[in-house]
Amino acid sequence: METLSTLIGIAITYAIVNNVVLSQFLGICPFLGVSKKTETAAGMGGAVIFVITIASFITGVIYKYILANEALLNMGIDLTYLKTIVFILVIAALVQFVEMFLKKSIPALYKSLGVYLPLITTNCAVLGVALNAITYEYNLLETVVYGLATAVGFFIAIVLMAGIREKIEYNDIPKPFQGTAIVLVTAALMSIAFMGFSGM
Amino acid sequence: MEILIAAGAAAAVCGILALLLGLFLGFSGNAFKVEVDEREEAICGVLPGNNCGGCGYAGCSGLAAAIVKGEAPVNQCPVGGAPVAAQIGEIMGVKPEAGVKKVAFVKCAGTCDKTKNDYEYTGIEDCAAMAFVPNGGPKSCNYGCMGYGSCVKACPFDAIHIVNGVAVVDKEACKACGKCIAVCPKNLIELVPYDAKHIVQCNSKDKGVSVTKACETGCIACGICVKNCPSDAVHVENNIAYIDQEKCTGCGICAEKCPKKIIL
Repeated sequence: METLSTLIGIAITYAIVNNVVLSQFLGICPFLGVSKKTETAAGMGGAVIFVITIASFITGVIYKYILANEALLNMGIDLTYLKTIVFILVIAALVQFVEMFLKKSIPALYKSLGVYLPLITTNCAVLGVALNAITYEYNLLETVVYGLATAVGFFIAIVLMAGIREKIEYNDIPKPFQGTAIVLVTAALMSIAFMGFSGM
Repeated sequence: MEILIAAGAAAAVCGILALLLGLFLGFSGNAFKVEVDEREEAICGVLPGNNCGGCGYAGCSGLAAAIVKGEAPVNQCPVGGAPVAAQIGEIMGVKPEAGVKKVAFVKCAGTCDKTKNDYEYTGIEDCAAMAFVPNGGPKSCNYGCMGYGSCVKACPFDAIHIVNGVAVVDKEACKACGKCIAVCPKNLIELVPYDAKHIVQCNSKDKGVSVTKACETGCIACGICVKNCPSDAVHVENNIAYIDQEKCTGCGICAEKCPKKIIL
């Protein structure tokens, strides 16, 4: 029972309160880049959910059973410093897989995501989740829930942002604020709004 | 020694992991292979690349895909015409049928000196805006070219211009993409064969009396052309003469007999 409440706590914390984009400022690149249309944003969010969830699981397994292996540690070989390079390797392979899958099954989404799809590799949210899970000393199940919750938080943030940006299109924005400027201002306001959750 | 072991272990872990991931990607690459027809890319290269949409497909790549699938004939591209059709035919291994070259034609000869204006208009120079103006524009004739040049702006090939208040198509530059046809609110523009000799230069569906009041050179639907045509190619429908280009032999009797000299 206690584990369940811990898991729910992690899920709510990272999906809403400590939102990955709006309060941890990870994954800003696709958040600003692919949030022009709601459908594309949802597609990006879906791809990120897939990559982060699977990546957090695989990196968790690799860290626990290979890099921080008890037997290796006892022999005096500490491989934990390899985590960044190994995690990036796993993430890059996963993104490549997602890219192949989308190209085959949803070509329209593949086209609209464009360069941002391979850029999930360098989406710091993905690597951030994998590394933070180690820092927070989560076990495997907690790591996966943490990854999923973070990704859902990213999905929520990017879809909300896309919805707002679609409305912004119809507004009369002063010239100096047009384009990226108004998007950043919007992101800041959304961030402030999400900060409100931390008081709950 | 310890350093060597540590380095060896690190190299082994990274190496094996990379190998496994590489194998995984290799297999999934095979499983999710997307078959791209080489001919499609080749046809894309041959097509003009304006993406004008004159063929009825979404851009040149859309047409290329349709041609490869066999949904569109190789001479579907109106812009490229016969030379492009021949090249595509080579790629597809079929002989293109000789397509009739078409050009756009504006069915109005009501230049400034031949028509009257009911009132003076100052405002946006745009044909579509005339829908909000009394009588559909200042021109006395409600069917004729208003000369505000929406078609000129729409033409991607600089083939249509306003000359003396009426849009005129440059037959040589026109690629028959149909952009002007879509944009003309009066439905004045039509595709006609490049070598069509005789075309009725009027679109007025008004009765003869009102046509005469509005324009010196409008079709009054008198029917003289119909009676004189030896090959049954001219007909009057809705108070306007129309020449069937497939039946027209180009004898020119209709143009000669037309009292308003409206047949080209």
